[in-house]
Amino acid sequence: MKSYNTDVAVIGAGAAGLSAALAASREGARVLLIERNEDSGGILNQCIHNGFGLHYFKTELTGPEYAFRLAQMIEEKSIEVLTQRYLLDIDSQKKQIKVVSEKGIEFINTKSVVYTCGARERPFGSLLVPSSRACGVYTAGVAQRFINLENKMIGKSAIILGSGDIGLIMARRLTLEGVKVQAVIERMPYPGGLVRNINQCLKDFDIPLYLSHTVTQVRGDARINEVVVCQVDEKYCAVPQTEKIFSVDTLILSVGLIPETSKLYGKVNLDPSTKGVIIDSNGQSSDPFIFAAGNCVIVYDLVDYVSAEGENAGRNAALYAAGKEQDEKITIEKGNNIGIINPSFYVRNTALDIYARVRKPVEKASFVVRDSDEVIFSVKNKSYVPSEMIHIKIDKEKLSRVKKLTVEVI
Amino acid sequence: MNIIIIGAGVVGSLIARELCRYNVSVTLIEKNIDVGQEVTKANSAIIHAGYDDEPSSVRAKFCVKGNAMYTNLSQELDFEVKRIGSLVAAFNEEEVNTITELYNRGINNNVPNLKLISPEQALEIEPNLNPSVKAALYAPTAGITEPWTVAIAAVENAVANGLNLVLEEKVTGIETQDKKVKKVITDKGSYTADIVINAAGLYADDIAAMVCSDYRPLHPRRGEYILLSKVTSSDLVKTIVFPAPGKMGKGVLVLPTIDGGILLGPTSQDLDQRYKEDKSTTQDGIDFIIEKTRQLIPNIDIRNAIKTFAGLRPESPQKDFWIEESQEIDGFINASAMRSPGLTAAPAVAMYISQQISQKYSLKPNLLFNPQRKRIVNYINELGDEEYDALIKQDPLAGKIICSCNKVSEREIIQAIKRGARSIDGVKFRTRAMFGDCQGSFCTFKIMQILSRELGIDYKDIRYNKPDSRPIVGNTRD
Repeated sequence: MKSYNTDVAVIGAGAAGLSAALAASREGARVLLIERNEDSGGILNQCIHNGFGLHYFKTELTGPEYAFRLAQMIEEKSIEVLTQRYLLDIDSQKKQIKVVSEKGIEFINTKSVVYTCGARERPFGSLLVPSSRACGVYTAGVAQRFINLENKMIGKSAIILGSGDIGLIMARRLTLEGVKVQAVIERMPYPGGLVRNINQCLKDFDIPLYLSHTVTQVRGDARINEVVVCQVDEKYCAVPQTEKIFSVDTLILSVGLIPETSKLYGKVNLDPSTKGVIIDSNGQSSDPFIFAAGNCVIVYDLVDYVSAEGENAGRNAALYAAGKEQDEKITIEKGNNIGIINPSFYVRNTALDIYARVRKPVEKASFVVRDSDEVIFSVKNKSYVPSEMIHIKIDKEKLSRVKKLTVEVI
Repeated sequence: MNIIIIGAGVVGSLIARELCRYNVSVTLIEKNIDVGQEVTKANSAIIHAGYDDEPSSVRAKFCVKGNAMYTNLSQELDFEVKRIGSLVAAFNEEEVNTITELYNRGINNNVPNLKLISPEQALEIEPNLNPSVKAALYAPTAGITEPWTVAIAAVENAVANGLNLVLEEKVTGIETQDKKVKKVITDKGSYTADIVINAAGLYADDIAAMVCSDYRPLHPRRGEYILLSKVTSSDLVKTIVFPAPGKMGKGVLVLPTIDGGILLGPTSQDLDQRYKEDKSTTQDGIDFIIEKTRQLIPNIDIRNAIKTFAGLRPESPQKDFWIEESQEIDGFINASAMRSPGLTAAPAVAMYISQQISQKYSLKPNLLFNPQRKRIVNYINELGDEEYDALIKQDPLAGKIICSCNKVSEREIIQAIKRGARSIDGVKFRTRAMFGDCQGSFCTFKIMQILSRELGIDYKDIRYNKPDSRPIVGNTRD
């Protein structure tokens, strides 16, 4: 059985992994990039719409273009990419990764690992929506892959549950491909996706958006033929006598992504509710051997953020592999109206990038980072919605004496 | 002698295999594209110990015997049975009385090693059990299996021993002559018959009505379920945890699946005869399951659900199996009304029917009968590194992983197709691909590619199970 030796092994060659590999390589580390599919690029390959790269490449790109640019940089750096490798195990005692492919079982001896396996879509079954066992329910990513990559059509008339960005993008894509999209249904009283996508994907195509509504039943024998939609109250319970019945053969789901961390269960600390990897501001998990970045940590709005976080984790994984001592870690706590935050710990003597989402929409509020009662950073008089991720950067000078950080929106 | 069996659920499949032990021509007719896709597919998958059934019932006669037969059967047919034991928990005086009755009934039915245990013992077995438990009935012989795998394995083995398997043909009539069965007519052809065995599940009453008037009407009893992820929930319970039974059956349970997930359910709702296809889940059903199972295991986290489904059980007014030859028509044998514990009883029922036929017609044994069948091995879970690596060197597709969640390689999928999978569900139920946490979102298309290539069929003709359950309707562009 073949074995490889490297400094940094990056698992998953999507946006986070490609960026991590590049950054680790820039630090002078030997890098091996491992990918389960035939090509690098991950989910970017099926995102043929534009809107990628405005921050990271300072130009607007499609998903495949964004992936291609990163892949070219990987090639220029001569970073070895092992494709079609399935991860069997990460062993932090032996400092070894085991993978399998058509070439057999292989072992990778490495000084650190960057785990960048992205996210997967929440399946229909997890929503507990009453349903017949009919075919015709697709998660948005599956529909996107069928249509954009495989040239396969999935139905004639559709309804979309969830107004997350991929749901909105698919509303437009399906319409352009001749599918009648009858409505987008959102359980919350506000949209789940970016404002620009509401405008460009729904309003421009006259697709109605039903806020505070949800799907309460899916009907049909072999293939679905009806989807029942109801208004919901403040507790998200269906309001009686508000049923609308849509005659469709297709239901598309855009109901959230779950960090893909199944290979890390029992190995590193995961967020109990999101299942994302808990990391510090260096991208390091509770197991010092394992770093993580991208959607397997928290689900980001923009691929640009994923690349930036990938670079951060990749660079620090390379420094760790080179023997750099770890600095003290300071806890970052979720304060008022913070739903999701990353990182969970601040490592002293570094700048701090904070990514956060509010729990509930709020207008004219302040975003505050404080150390006990001392305000370290604040932005005043802004509106926040859960669908728009907050990203701020704090210089390390401001953080030199902090003991415990709290992030809040008040 | 020609024997025709109608219905390739677990009952019909096991009968078919038993009859292949004799020198007769056996034909198994199934309306679906695959075996085990109806009642067999969606139930609690339990090998019951046998304390529930009144000693006078036909159920009692076959349940304990069937339970014991699963050990040898699972070895011969190489499918998994885990004897994880069952626990019936009582939470008040009345329920303690009920489980004491069950205990006595179980002793009467010859259930081995049955025990009434204290709350402390119950909590030691199941630390997540509601601590207000007053007593429990523990039955170590209870177990779990994969019902569809039992049907698939039995049919594979029967075909190897000469069974004529006919799929996608629906029986439309049965001809009789001089009060004897003569011919089975399907929508595509006809089959000469000396004996017809009716194992048509929910439709066994319709089949029986084709030949005789002495049949029992069947209605569906719907059971809804919620499946929790094995990644996040596998340590919730180790045994099959029942509440004390009530009027509507054994109650809502919490139990592990063979694959390591946790199953919650079933509800128990009698539906009108017209709803024999209604496998819908309902809001009431889902709410009821959550409420009831939390009384048993308070720390169930329903956010770990990955799937809901419903199954239909064939129930008769007698609430008992109906296993006998028609009094009116010679050669027409019913294996009908196989409600719970039908899965457990199935091997014993199959043996009983085949022995009855053998005695009545003095059948000669099939000397070439080979009872062994081998399953498709899951390489990642079951092979050591050296062995697996050597296999990949022989066939690289053994190392090409298609289903990431359940670690299924392309070679396993091709084997499933070679063994008879002709649909997405055919692959799913033979390999567990698409059964994991992502529910097929990453691998369904790859599996369709393999099905298309191996079977030489177009994507738009690939289906889950039913004829119109096709996920792709055509090309986006020509």
